[in-house]
Amino acid sequence: MTNGDTTGNAAQPLLASRGLVKAHGRTEALRGASVELRAGEILAVTGASGSGKSTLLHCLAGIVRPDAGSVTYAGRRLEELPEKRLSELRRTDFGVVFQFGQLIPELTALDNVALPLMLAGAGRVEARARAGEWLERFGVRGQEELRPGAMSGGQAQRASLARALVTGPKVVFADEPTGALDSLSAEQVMTALAHTARESGTAVLLVTHDAQVAAYADREVRLRDGAVAPLGVTA
Amino acid sequence: MSTRHILLGLLASGPSHGYDLKRRHDERFPQARPLAYGQVYTTLQRLVRDGLAEVDGTASDGGPERTAYRPTEAGARELARWAGEIAPPAPFVTNEIFTKVVVSILTGGDAGTYLLAQRTAHMERMRELTAVKTAPGTDLTTVLSADYALNHLDADLRWMATTAARLTTLTAEVRTA
Repeated sequence: MTNGDTTGNAAQPLLASRGLVKAHGRTEALRGASVELRAGEILAVTGASGSGKSTLLHCLAGIVRPDAGSVTYAGRRLEELPEKRLSELRRTDFGVVFQFGQLIPELTALDNVALPLMLAGAGRVEARARAGEWLERFGVRGQEELRPGAMSGGQAQRASLARALVTGPKVVFADEPTGALDSLSAEQVMTALAHTARESGTAVLLVTHDAQVAAYADREVRLRDGAVAPLGVTA
Repeated sequence: MSTRHILLGLLASGPSHGYDLKRRHDERFPQARPLAYGQVYTTLQRLVRDGLAEVDGTASDGGPERTAYRPTEAGARELARWAGEIAPPAPFVTNEIFTKVVVSILTGGDAGTYLLAQRTAHMERMRELTAVKTAPGTDLTTVLSADYALNHLDADLRWMATTAARLTTLTAEVRTA
């Protein structure tokens, strides 16, 4: 039976943290969190508000540097990478989806999704064509030329997923991706994310407080007070 | 619901007779159907027959004669086994989970560990139901039925999380009641 971040699996984890510590001012958000994400796996990180879930995601995604502990991605220690290399890695290997607000309001859905490709060097025509394919894959049809403000929450979030996945990342970090959605929109977003990730072999680190969202994952790690809590043994 | 385990749980705090057990059961589990006297006595006799309880003594206190019972060692072991056993994660298991938690607290059992294991079993079932629900080509009836089960299991989980958080206070309250 799985029990949190059990190690000893034959497959080397794609992404792993060891003893992460991170304080925001005087509040310790992480107190020695160790987790592992294997290639192609969907891992849910659950826990109550304030348990350190989002801080853990930020550290694993190289957005925030921990005060202590290490993050290893594909054999590389993130804390040893200079900022330039780290942001390059984030652009090429990582995709990020937040609860809301990450689409650029001035750009259409299509241009939002095309942007990461253009930043990676693709021409505008090619980038827009591929962006269109990804939007269609996520069921955003007939809204390609709308700006985020004119789209429904579910449609905008699916466009965000398309943007996170369009560059073919190895890992997608999703922080409460359905937090602002009604239950049916949440189901559509999660189904699209889980299917696409499994199809393309993309690993997903899914932060959620919602058990029904966590149930889309292959495995769960629970945080309590900034560290991994035991899950309990059923057999 | 397992009346024999509830009675074993009530007996764990000290020898007791049938009338007293019925009264304490009805107080402790107000949502449950009140126990019939006949059911209490039959269950006690079966517990004795199975070696899980034994007669502690008889007293009349000026009224009708009453037989008091106490659990045997085998009874205590059986109670601990039952209290830690995971309920099949299906809709409407909450009542069984609730009963196990209360009996665990009454008998000094480890309700926290049980709740963690039950939570893991619930999450596993929810992952299975989600996979069924989101598989391509799943028919509407299956989707609706999975939704129904998922929402009820989710409600169980929320109750279990609150209960786990309350356990310290709850234990003190139940033991002094």
